[in-house]
Amino acid sequence: MTSTQEPILELRGVNKSFGAVQVLHDVHLALYPGQVTALVGDNGAGKSTLVKCIAGIHQIDNGDYLFNGSPVHVTGPRDAAGLGIEIVYQDLALCDNLDIVQNMFLGREMKSGVVLDEAHMENRAKETLASLSVRTVSSVRQLVSSLSGGQRQTVAIAKAVLWNSKVVMLDEPTAALGVAQTRQVLDLVRRLADNGLAVMLISHNMNDVKEVSDRITPLYLGRVAADVAAADVTTGQIVELITTGRSGDIGLSRALAQESA
Amino acid sequence: MTTPDGQQNAAAASGDTALGENASEGTGGYDGEAATLSTALEARTAFSGDRSAVSVGEYFQAYRNRIRGGDLGALPALAGLVVLVVVFAALRWSTFTSASNFANLLTQAASITVLAMGVGFVLLLGEIDLSAGVIGGVGASISAQLIDKQGMPWWVTVIIAVAVGLAMGVLTGFLVTIVGIPSFVVTLAFFLAWQGVLLAIASEGGSIPDTNPVIFGLTHSSVSLLWSWVIVIAAIVVWAAYVAVTAQRRARQGLAQPPLTVQLLKVGGVGLLAVLATAALSINRALIGKPDQGIPWIVPIVGVLLVIWTFVQSRTQFGRFVYAVGGNKEAARRAGIRVPRIIIACFVISSGMAVFSGIIEGSRIGSVTASSGTGNQLLFAVAAAVIGGTSLFGGRGKARDAIIGGLVIALIPNGLGLITDSSVWTYIITGAVLLLAASVDAITRRRRASSGR
Ligand SMILES: Nc1ncnc2c1ncn2[C@@H]1O[C@H](COP(=O)(O)OP(=O)(O)O)[C@@H](O)[C@H]1O
Ligand SMILES: [Mg+2]
Repeated sequence: MTSTQEPILELRGVNKSFGAVQVLHDVHLALYPGQVTALVGDNGAGKSTLVKCIAGIHQIDNGDYLFNGSPVHVTGPRDAAGLGIEIVYQDLALCDNLDIVQNMFLGREMKSGVVLDEAHMENRAKETLASLSVRTVSSVRQLVSSLSGGQRQTVAIAKAVLWNSKVVMLDEPTAALGVAQTRQVLDLVRRLADNGLAVMLISHNMNDVKEVSDRITPLYLGRVAADVAAADVTTGQIVELITTGRSGDIGLSRALAQESA
Repeated sequence: MTTPDGQQNAAAASGDTALGENASEGTGGYDGEAATLSTALEARTAFSGDRSAVSVGEYFQAYRNRIRGGDLGALPALAGLVVLVVVFAALRWSTFTSASNFANLLTQAASITVLAMGVGFVLLLGEIDLSAGVIGGVGASISAQLIDKQGMPWWVTVIIAVAVGLAMGVLTGFLVTIVGIPSFVVTLAFFLAWQGVLLAIASEGGSIPDTNPVIFGLTHSSVSLLWSWVIVIAAIVVWAAYVAVTAQRRARQGLAQPPLTVQLLKVGGVGLLAVLATAALSINRALIGKPDQGIPWIVPIVGVLLVIWTFVQSRTQFGRFVYAVGGNKEAARRAGIRVPRIIIACFVISSGMAVFSGIIEGSRIGSVTASSGTGNQLLFAVAAAVIGGTSLFGGRGKARDAIIGGLVIALIPNGLGLITDSSVWTYIITGAVLLLAASVDAITRRRRASSGR
């Protein structure tokens, strides 16, 4: 395991409010290359908000955002992409009317002169899908509207790794999938980490989380309850951390957990 | 990729077999995993549609599947066009199929087509531009007035008129994006407001004659017989060469494409129609005096606009962004596309093309009045785009839709005008055709959505 490494992305003491409602409280988070970190938490705990803060879609109110050990200012999706941070959103954000290649390169099209370099993009898309062992699409020129849920998820993930990305965050990638498709996506998530990327996986499914992740970060009402190695906790303990913020001697202090609730 | 070397090579190696002809042999698996039955099956289907050599049979199979999946393309509009032509030809053979009526039809379709091409960009976004017709009227009145009163060269007046149109487009785009008013409301307001401007320029009840021979000639004079043929033959040859060269390049790069025979048949088919049309237009249309023959000037001009906008839509990043914004605005935003800029640009294109359209219509009528472009012109243009295959839901449509739809819209009054003096049926049938096209749009859209999952 590579836990002795420095984190590639780190948040320290991050707060985020929407108007009067504080959604994230003093959040500490570290993502390591080659590891899958699972971010778990109840509905409304602030998981998606945290992802969007890292992605630059929301601005953090205060706290430190460090990339490769140095503080950075991420003020928009382009900044995050520039650092090598890619996000697979819960709602995927694909254009149904475009094909797989067009979606994968959206916003970052390859060009020769002013003309789109379709050949180059098509081949790169195929290479990327092949390198992820994606074998289920019959043509990369299929419209995304014709794909199954699992295939769409695959395209969204392939889009994220197409760029020399260093961090990939996936917001509930298996929530809408069947058993076989979930299997494929989890394999894919593991493979990303094995290829050296730092991966953050948001999921509700404790079995998935236990199986695929190296570290687990439960979020309880906008606070990070713990940051534990997946091997060191039981499923029951994770559930307890998610629902009460503490479990035995891990988690928030009793006072803090009750104050939050 | 950030993969360690070994893995990358392994992936590339098995990637090749997966993409090649013998995809079923690519079962070596990744990362030393043993091949399972399921990966073997998947490997066989992986990218099977992307092989560079696709037989004609396979192509038509895929085409049938696309149509079943709700991707009809220009098919319904072309069918409608054929039906209208057959019906009118059967009912009024001698007048409908006369050379002069054919030339009339083309010039009648021109201004709607040009307007529809521009409005098409706004429709691609899933927005609407109700003000384009009036903007065309304002542009035409500016040009005509500057020629008539100031004696300016025609091309200077066209530049000024287009510039005014572009500015109006910027204003619309600004109000839609920055202020956030729905485009329906913004353009409805401008539909009214610009009529006031038009009235001020053209003055109440007045009419500005179209005195310029060049602008009048757009729709009233034709390219010489020799040049007509040179233009048509050259266009077909260049198109065929482009198709062949592109096909060769894609084949060399191992990319899928329709079989060359199919592509060349398409060029040949359209080419044949163009040759037949040119032959028909080569017949002298003048009853007495100086012969009137050749392709009306406006036709090659619309052709050039078609090529330009097709290129922008299908080959440039801007075009890709327009489709993306129309398909999923939020996805476009997250992909780093500056959505407001794209929206403003589309309204600018719509307004600019509207001015060209207005000038063409002024040329055809022979004058510009305070009511130019305030009638059904814009509605016909939207109808033309939709009939041609552009979706009102955004994200789907092409510049060529404006041509096909514009011809349908012009055909209805043209043919019915030969049958009856009353406009009753023209309106009713045009409305019915639009409803039919919109139904096809809505139904195929549902079909596309359900065929995937
Ligand atoms: N843009 C926003 N404006 C206001 N409140 C928001 C916004 N986004 C999220 N929230 C609130 O923040 C809380 C956390 O939401 P979210 O991050 O989506 O939770 P999760 O993804 O963990 O289910 C919720 O109470 C939600 O209502
Ligand atoms: Mg969420």
